[in-house]
This record gives sequence, C-alpha cells and structure tokens, in this order.
Amino acid sequence: MYPSRFHYEAPRTLDEAFEVLRAYGDEGKILAGGQSLIPLIKLRFAAPACIVDINNIPGLDYHEEDSDGSLNIGALCRHRNLERSALLRSKFPVMFATAPLIADPMVRNRGTLVGSICHADPQGDWASVMLALGGEIIARNADGRERAIPVSQFVVGPFQNALEQGEIAVRARVPAARGTRTGTYLKLERRVGDFATVGVAINLEMSGGTINRAGIALTGVGSNNIQCTAAEQALAGKSLNASTIDQAARLAAEASQPKTDVRGSAEYKRHIVYTFVQRGLSSPEARAA
Amino acid sequence: MEERRINVVVNGEPKSVDVEPRILLAHFLREILGLTGTHIGCDTTNCGVCTVLVDGLPMKSCTMFAVMCDGHEVTTVEGLGLPSEMHPIQQGFREEHGLQCGYCTPGMMLACKAILDENPNPTEEEIRWGLAGNLCRCTGYQNIVKAVLWAAEKMRTEGGVYTLAARSRR
Repeated sequence: MYPSRFHYEAPRTLDEAFEVLRAYGDEGKILAGGQSLIPLIKLRFAAPACIVDINNIPGLDYHEEDSDGSLNIGALCRHRNLERSALLRSKFPVMFATAPLIADPMVRNRGTLVGSICHADPQGDWASVMLALGGEIIARNADGRERAIPVSQFVVGPFQNALEQGEIAVRARVPAARGTRTGTYLKLERRVGDFATVGVAINLEMSGGTINRAGIALTGVGSNNIQCTAAEQALAGKSLNASTIDQAARLAAEASQPKTDVRGSAEYKRHIVYTFVQRGLSSPEARAA
Repeated sequence: MEERRINVVVNGEPKSVDVEPRILLAHFLREILGLTGTHIGCDTTNCGVCTVLVDGLPMKSCTMFAVMCDGHEVTTVEGLGLPSEMHPIQQGFREEHGLQCGYCTPGMMLACKAILDENPNPTEEEIRWGLAGNLCRCTGYQNIVKAVLWAAEKMRTEGGVYTLAARSRR
C-alpha cells in the first residue's frame, strides 16, 4: 500500500521540531516508533501534510528513576527497552509484566510507550497500566513550558488525546510508590499481536500488609480503557484477604462494559475480568508486601 | 514530487539514493534496490514476512519509511548468506526442513538471527517467544524451532564469528 504524499522533516533538536510544527499547524504529525501511525497512513485513515520524525533527536530514548522515586519514560523509549529493564523488574512490576505482552517482538523493537499512549487506541494496553499507576504525560510547547496531564485526562476519546496544537509529548511520568509496589498485567489474547480480549492492570502500593493505594484498570472491555475507581476505593486502607479480594474483583467486573464480538461474549469477558482481578490480587508478592 | 537523499548501508554496502518520503522500506529494498528476497505479506503490520534487520534488530519493513533509515544499517536475507556459503541459520532451515512454501522464510531467518545474537543458547520456549511475530502457515513451527536449535548448536560448537556474507563479498 502506498501512503498519500507528505512532506518529511527529521529535526535534530526539539526546538527544530517545534518550528516545523508551528509552520504546519494541525497538519504536522509527530512520528516516533510509527507502529500505529504508519499503518494508519498506509490505510489512508490519516493523511498528514507533514511528518515530523523525532527519531534523530538525542536524549529522548531513556527511562530512569528520579531522586523522588518517580519514573520518567522518554518519548523514544521503545517497548523493547522496558521489556529488558532491571529497574522495571524491581520497582514497577505492572510495567515489567506489560512490556512483553505488547504486540510482537518486531513492533516492540520500534514502538514507544509514549507514542502508544498518544495514539489513544481504546484497546491499547499501556493506557490501562498508566491509569493503574496514576501516570501522566508531560507535554512541552515551543516556549519550553511543560504541563503534566494525568493519563485519565490525556486520553479524551478513541484516538483522541489532550495535546494542544504545537505541543509535543516529551515523556511519561509515573509517581513514586507509597510503600512497596507490587502488581501485574494479565492479558487474554487469541494470539500474539491481537488486541486484548481482556486486559487487567493491577498496581498495589502497600506497607505492613495495608494497601496505601490500589490501581486497577481494564483493557478491551469498553469503548475506552476503564479505571475501576470503586474497586480501588474498596481496597484502600485494607489488607488483602479472600473477602476484600472478592469484593474488588466483583466491583471491577461491574465497572467493565464488554460487548459480545468475535473475541467472546460480554458475559465471558466480564467473568474474565473477575478472574484476572482475583488472580492478580492473590499473587504471593502482594501477600508478602 | 519531493525527494530526499538518504545514505543507508544495505548488506554492508553504502547506498546513496533519492527517495520519496512515502516510500516504505520494503518497497525501497525490493523495487529500488532490486533486493526481492524481502517479501511483503499482509502489508498491515501483522505477519512479519517483511522483517529485516535495522541496526541489527528485526523490524517490519512495511511499517517504516525508507527515509527513516537514513544513517542506519539494513540487513536483508541477501546479506545473511550465499548459496555457496550459507549462514548456519540457513543450513539449519535446510537440515531440519524448516520451510515448505518459503514465503515467510527470509523474515523468519532474520528474526532467528536476532534471537541468537542476543541469546546463543535459547530454550524452545525462548525461540517461540522470539518468533511470535513471524507467521508461518505451512510448517506449524515445529521444524522452524528445530532449525533454530540446530543453528544455535552449530554456532556454539564451531565458535566461529559469522560475518554476514555480503559484508565480506560485496
């Protein structure tokens, strides 16, 4: 398939990228990994007049912990690097569980977490994970002003994000844990590379067996990623036992809005939500925290 | 029509070519450079048939623009080995009958190369995870996995450094 014609710029600095964006207005589109954007352009669902390829801008391919314990993920950090990250393995278990379940190895070699969230596919995995973690996108404008947008507000609808014209999403940020962080991402998919039939992201921040903060979010069971606020609140301040786990799993299943389709019936998917939340909260790591 | 000069090393050979920005890497390789070993399957980022190595990592050449490879290195199946001097991965596919129709094989072998570059002694499970994005509709994957195990063992026991064919030849 041949995309329609476009003008291509490969700036070497963010300042240059902002200049191009200013010149093209809403006809300029940032290209990072391209694993969602390029298929859209090939299918001609998108036809931007100018593509601004940011892959040559140094200093965006990183993920690192700040002195306050928060995590910053640069706009060019690939899924591949997160999949192999010792930092995520030890401190951000829900992210470490998610990375190898994104698409397939080739897509992970190229695609980025920040780009995936900007793409705002309602079936995307990372947005659920960021909802469970209370993550944010940091948007910068040409004047260097940065604003932090919680992912819950950043994704405003299917394939729509809250970036203003001329802004670039330069990194994602995950706040420091309140206590010890455990969690996981459970994903049922028909085969590698398919969208989730059901995905459940669980993030627990605990000390001395008490949950300081719980994050639970769902993929594939609604018109957007769903944050299970009622289930989260039911866990806050409690400890994990058969009763609290069952209650949270029920509340999460109630929050899901699955539709019957080729991947399964609505009833089946709701049942999987219950099962995954229960399974995720019953892990030995969570019990030990 | 806007064109852009790109400098890209393909199978060890530096190329300097003017391309339209919308030209996909797969089309650049096949139609402009004539390297038809890279196949195009689904053309929708699903099947992995068009896999090539970009700076040593497998990527889908139908999901990159050729201009994005400016300043980078691309390896196609033509750079893996020659009929007279096959790479151990190619020998493995022959010995273990790792192909039937052959359509997925070029991309499959390059994905295998990346697995073995990172992990010279992979388990069957690690091979299956590593090849999860490369679809084959003939073999059921059994013999592909055997081929990778065969190649891994040969490369370990011989301990040789396998320079890609094209780098030494062209």
